[in-house]
Amino acid sequence: MDFGDHGGFIIAAYVVSAIVLAGLTGWIVLDGRALRRRLAELEARGIRRRSAKAETPP
Amino acid sequence: MPMAFIELANPSRFLDWSGRLLPFLWVATGVALGIGLYLSFFVAPPDYQQGETVRIMYIHVPSAWLAMFGYALMASAALGTLVWRHPLADVAARSMAPIGAAFTFLALVTGSLWGKPMWGTYWVWDARLTSVLVLFLMYLGLIALWRAVDDPGRAARLVAVLILVGAVNLPIIKFSVDWWNTLHQPASVLRIGGPTIDASMLWPLLIMAVAMMLFFLALTTMAMRNEILRRRLRTLQLTAAATAG
Repeated sequence: MDFGDHGGFIIAAYVVSAIVLAGLTGWIVLDGRALRRRLAELEARGIRRRSAKAETPP
Repeated sequence: MPMAFIELANPSRFLDWSGRLLPFLWVATGVALGIGLYLSFFVAPPDYQQGETVRIMYIHVPSAWLAMFGYALMASAALGTLVWRHPLADVAARSMAPIGAAFTFLALVTGSLWGKPMWGTYWVWDARLTSVLVLFLMYLGLIALWRAVDDPGRAARLVAVLILVGAVNLPIIKFSVDWWNTLHQPASVLRIGGPTIDASMLWPLLIMAVAMMLFFLALTTMAMRNEILRRRLRTLQLTAAATAG
């Protein structure tokens, strides 16, 4: 596909957008994984939320 | 507020239904983005004045719309924090801030890359560009303020007030091209009297806008789930510290 004289600007706009959106998605995914891992570690040590304790059968 | 909405906005219920919604949201985003990019690059014609450079519009305009839409949603959430003190309202606002900032950054960068070949300059201090830069700085300031205050409840109320004050910038951005003499072109889609863009360019633009909106919603949903988990983690860490003490 020929973008003409200003092809560099068009490609740069889409490349920057892809990098920013991929970076944002990756950051949110990794943040979620880290939070779940740390929550699981605390729960493994027996530290649970009150509502979670109430849901746990005796 | 309707009871059904309050029920759905319960943090535990939100984690439950949003977890089931997310896969559909991502599939819809992928499909819409695929169609939107295909139309933008292979179907939409070059502009009679701008030539191929007009293709930057299909990423720039949706980014700019979402930059403002994100802030408008944050302002609604700020009302939810101040008026109803709903815990999910602050979660929503806090989660949207970095996403809104990213879309504002994209609007500025892609606009700059469009401006250089069309206007002959990457940047000019006109009303539209400057007010969008102010929006970007507002997003960054709010993120910094949330992090600066230790007490989450106090931070939520403080930031909510600032979000509402900053919302005055939204009509300034929207009408800046009408109120002042700017290098930026006036509105050509969201305007009284209907769009002035030809349908061959309008449809790809609208489909890209829907795709980016779905992307925004998917990211916001994921970030809100993270924020709920972050608050649970904080509570557990405080419990652990109290138990150890």
